Amino acid sequence: VSLRERLASGGFAVTAEISPPRGASTAQITKTAESLKDWVDAVNVTDNQGSNVRLASWAGSLAVLKTGLEPVMQMTCRDRNRIALQSDLLGASALGIRNILVMTGDHPKFGDHPGARPVFDLDSVQLLWTLRTMRDQHVLLSGRKLDPAPDCFLGAVENPFAPPVPFRAERLGKKIAAGAQFVQTQFVFDVPVFGRWMEQVRDLGLHEQCGILAGVGAVRSVRALEYMRDHVPGVEVPDDVFRRLRSVPPDKSAAEGVKLAAEIIQQLGEIPGVAGVHLLVAGNEQAVPDILDEAGIRVSKELRGTDGR
Amino acid sequence: MTAASPVPVHPRLGARVAYRLQRVLRPNVGYRWLGARIEASGVARTLFTGAEKQTKTPLFGCRMCGQCALPVTGYVCPMGCPKELRNGPCGGVGADGSCEVYPERRCVWVDAYDRAASQGRSGDLRLLLRPIDHRRWGESSWLNYWQGRDEGLWTGNANSRPGAQR
Repeated sequence: VSLRERLASGGFAVTAEISPPRGASTAQITKTAESLKDWVDAVNVTDNQGSNVRLASWAGSLAVLKTGLEPVMQMTCRDRNRIALQSDLLGASALGIRNILVMTGDHPKFGDHPGARPVFDLDSVQLLWTLRTMRDQHVLLSGRKLDPAPDCFLGAVENPFAPPVPFRAERLGKKIAAGAQFVQTQFVFDVPVFGRWMEQVRDLGLHEQCGILAGVGAVRSVRALEYMRDHVPGVEVPDDVFRRLRSVPPDKSAAEGVKLAAEIIQQLGEIPGVAGVHLLVAGNEQAVPDILDEAGIRVSKELRGTDGR
Repeated sequence: MTAASPVPVHPRLGARVAYRLQRVLRPNVGYRWLGARIEASGVARTLFTGAEKQTKTPLFGCRMCGQCALPVTGYVCPMGCPKELRNGPCGGVGADGSCEVYPERRCVWVDAYDRAASQGRSGDLRLLLRPIDHRRWGESSWLNYWQGRDEGLWTGNANSRPGAQR
């Protein structure tokens, strides 16, 4: 079942994330994809995450595709102008990469080449709009005809927790108007705040036009949580999450992180309009089966009924 | 982008005054005539463009992209965003509304939302802004506005194309 079909059927979708290596090999990606493929519908391949140079997102996506798992190719606006971005979509589509996740991208300042020129020729809304037009109207941004047009399933990201909070649901609406068919959110630790955002999303009817996957993180240690809070832009970690992780001995914190993630998944599953979860587990992929097990989401995706459980 | 990196700027002009001025500066026959006269002379055009820069840079941190979005962004310049985002904030805004790249400054989109909402104009932020034409940096956006050359900068119609409509 493809991610597109899973969401269309109303089933509970699960995606995860792989960060490509700093090196010229896809061996690790292949290994991780193999270990995840019976558990998730699709896996994101990040695009130079955190503005650090890594193996290209399209190449990582191709390696994932070869294992029989569906990749979600991440595409940021940070490093490529409108010419390169459109060209990348054509290439990805021709090679069988269908899911494209569009995001602005972190500023180069935060990565390993802080002196790099930030491109940001298009923003994420403009890029979604461009890709949708390429697919549906068979034209480039310039108006030139395409033949054949690419086939793609377009995704976006949203951070329901970042100011201006009252505008965040509207902003998702803008991305949907531009072409987003699914969205993956930033880490959800604060379920009530997420629930209030979902209320606005439902009021705007956005959950009916777009599959909403809530981001859930598996935290391995208090240190990992601190890193997330201090170094990942746009992530807020409530104090009680820290309290909870500190309340167990350090050797138990990974297990506690799994339990916490599973509880959050269960709470998210109760919120009307949530179509699935996106597991933000980069580097901790082995936790995926435990989290899904603990959350009561049936282990093999082939066994999961259309109700998802 | 130009040599100077974009930095978020809080406008010196209040939102109410800015929206009032918008009504006064709307294109009409008079402005079109004036614009055509100015454009007919290279010297007049340079002087006028310089005057626009001298006015808008201190007020809004204008960088002269030539494709002014201020009327639909609460009169906060989106080109001050370090990512030059014209369609809303990124996901990295701090909990206190600070810019991810310049934490001591306020995100231009937090500012834009507050100012637009305070004047009942938050609906403007739903418009889709097209990609800018980088050949037009340095042009006078007032002349472009009066001559109707920037009518395609944004649209409320999601079915229209993202390419320049000129």
